[in-house]
Amino acid sequence: MVARMITELGHFALILALGVAIVQMIVPFVGAQKGWTGWMAVAAPAATLQFVFVAIAFGALTWAFVTSDFSLHLVWANSHSAKPMLYKISGVWGNHEGSMLLWVLIVALFGAAAAWFGGGLPPRLKALVLSVQSAIGVAFLGFIIFTSNPFLRIAVPPFDGQDLNPLLQDPGLAFHPPFLYLGYVGLSMAFSFAVAALIEGRVDAAWARWVRPWTLAAWVFLTIGIGLGSWWAYYELGWGGFWFWDPVENASFMPWLFAAALLHSAIVVEKREALKSWTILLAILAFGFSLIGTFIVRSGIITSVHTFASDPTRGVFILLILALFTGGALTLFAARASAMEAKGVFAMVSRESGLVVNNILLAVSSFVVFIGTIWPLVAEMFFDRKLSVGAPFFEAAFTPFMVALAVVLPVGAMLPWKRARLGRAIRPLIPAAILAVLIALLAWTLQTQRTILGPVGFLLGTWLVSGAVVDLMSRTGRGPWGQRLSRLTRLPRADWGKATAHSGLGITIAGIAGLMAWQVEDIRVAQVGEPFEVSGYEVVLTDVTRQPGPNYVSTVGHMQVHRDGRLIATLEPEKRVYPVQAMPTTEAAIANGFWRDLYLVIGDPQAGGGWAVRTFIKPFANWIWGGTIIMALGGVLSLSDRRYRVAAGASKARIAPQGVPAE
Amino acid sequence: MKKLMLVLALIASPAFAVNPDEVLDDPALEARARDISAGLRCVVCRGENIDESNAAIARDLRLLVRERLLAGDSNDEAVAFIVDRYGEYVLMKPTASGANVLLWWAGPALFLTAAIGAGFYLRRRSRSAEPAEALTEDEKSRLDELLNG
Repeated sequence: MVARMITELGHFALILALGVAIVQMIVPFVGAQKGWTGWMAVAAPAATLQFVFVAIAFGALTWAFVTSDFSLHLVWANSHSAKPMLYKISGVWGNHEGSMLLWVLIVALFGAAAAWFGGGLPPRLKALVLSVQSAIGVAFLGFIIFTSNPFLRIAVPPFDGQDLNPLLQDPGLAFHPPFLYLGYVGLSMAFSFAVAALIEGRVDAAWARWVRPWTLAAWVFLTIGIGLGSWWAYYELGWGGFWFWDPVENASFMPWLFAAALLHSAIVVEKREALKSWTILLAILAFGFSLIGTFIVRSGIITSVHTFASDPTRGVFILLILALFTGGALTLFAARASAMEAKGVFAMVSRESGLVVNNILLAVSSFVVFIGTIWPLVAEMFFDRKLSVGAPFFEAAFTPFMVALAVVLPVGAMLPWKRARLGRAIRPLIPAAILAVLIALLAWTLQTQRTILGPVGFLLGTWLVSGAVVDLMSRTGRGPWGQRLSRLTRLPRADWGKATAHSGLGITIAGIAGLMAWQVEDIRVAQVGEPFEVSGYEVVLTDVTRQPGPNYVSTVGHMQVHRDGRLIATLEPEKRVYPVQAMPTTEAAIANGFWRDLYLVIGDPQAGGGWAVRTFIKPFANWIWGGTIIMALGGVLSLSDRRYRVAAGASKARIAPQGVPAE
Repeated sequence: MKKLMLVLALIASPAFAVNPDEVLDDPALEARARDISAGLRCVVCRGENIDESNAAIARDLRLLVRERLLAGDSNDEAVAFIVDRYGEYVLMKPTASGANVLLWWAGPALFLTAAIGAGFYLRRRSRSAEPAEALTEDEKSRLDELLNG
């Protein structure tokens, strides 16, 4: 009985949250327009209250999943009493309704965080930001309550549930959506700040300093979320693909590219008070693409492997939200952008212009991903052609921009503000360029295949990593090496973050190119006890057993891998069948290594005896995710920079904008 | 009961992607087949190519590709054979024909536009950055004329 009451309390709290959000949207906005401080002051406590109510609703739904309360339709449709606890919890957001509730929880969390940590924000700006943020909350709370209510009941509760899609029962995927949502919704803060600035008609260095940490945090979360998703695909889908250019993946990739552009252009606003209107536009677009991403995922309009939780009628609602927010913000932008007078002047060659190039490449490449994603829809609607746009298109159309970005990045990062000489910026990079060419030549001579992809990837990767090292060392000035090294440790965290993130990008590029160019695959029927050789590795299937799992049954291949007569790995790839959903999954067994992964998959028993076995040697696979983690770490380092901790909300920053660390 | 369920599930379950019995004896021909398969879409799947898909239709298409190669088709002929029967929907890489020109050229066109726009913007910024540009020789002599003439 108590459990039932908890559910009703959650439902009630969700409706109260909508009420609070409406108040928070209207009252502070009116207050900011009329200059009534009392009305503006409503924003902060309302933001806290809204978060508390949504948290109660989310907690109640989680409770229903944990206790397997099958009187809730959602729990019945997505859970099962025999499911492990981790997946009972992750089942909360492994479906449409629950994932939207998680979305709203994060919107409210960010709003509350802005209320808690935004003490130094000018009251008018703070009221407007919280009002806009709450408008987003209202839209999505309304969406949940009116079209996707997670608290609907079944009159006669069934005995057991229908279980969660087995592909989703995986630790990598359990945490993939929360991180993505933290990223998507984190960009809503940048959006709220942008709209508030448009309403106020003012953008200055202090504004950029408030926006940048939110964008940086959102970008870090997106980086981790995308990394987790790609890692999951790598080990779960059974052939080690890590990126498919699937519409749903693209949906998370576009905001990531825009967030990367935004956090770079915000630096220009912060340091030089230029690119203001462009930065505002990027903030609107970044969140706009988050909404487009939500729309693509939730409506299933563009068919993809991810349509686990979608419903086209709801798509219309999200499309309206998308049109309202991006359309509204862009209209406001058109009307007000000209008021953003740029102050800083700079030369054709300067850090500013380098960052403009960065922004062009990131924005255009994101646009390429966008047009490739929606083209099948456009072609069918307007040209009556049913066609596909798959990985080969994106590899051809997207990659050149990334190559260009990697080539110019180390040079741009070395340019001084205002005015630079190209020659002077490039000279210290010459050793980095030589090293990159040497590594590429080494890769070219060592490889057995004659591909250009691997060496070029390593050329760019080395160039980025060594360029970042040169950049960092150049910050230490001149003098004996001992002194420079000790200065290195005292550099601002922002400098370290920049070098770290840029190195991470280089490592990821090298990993992707290496894996794609030099992967070795072997498909065969393996007889138990008969070893076979795959590019220097001796693989043997020693035994095959059947084992029961908590909610599945499994066929396990026991395999050993030898190299030069030495046992280097014992691997147990599985093929699982989940009886409730009658669905098989392959669980590849992977021996991770710095230079390569050994990736074994077991298939079906063959008619003539033996088992189908796939063996992959995947060189540099872990560099992809290693680089991703390093990129995210760079973001975190930059986020912990002193100027955000000291001046995160300080109005002092407005009085004394100088004294920012050189970047 | 459990055993029965397992057996049933094993029979019903699709095999994984390329199976050993599909692989051609000639490694060069097999490599070409894999290459072609990576560019063809599994028509019942969502965005997977037939090389990665474990659907039955994908297997049929993989076998068909190999059949065509064994019959002496070139890569293009084998692909054309499949496109004739299943439509351009199966092509993972869309052609550049008709309206698809827009798809292929949208990126480069936007890049050019953005680069030109940024060029103008940067020039305007840098103009105001350098109010005191050095005079050219012509201007100097003209100034000389004016002052001393």
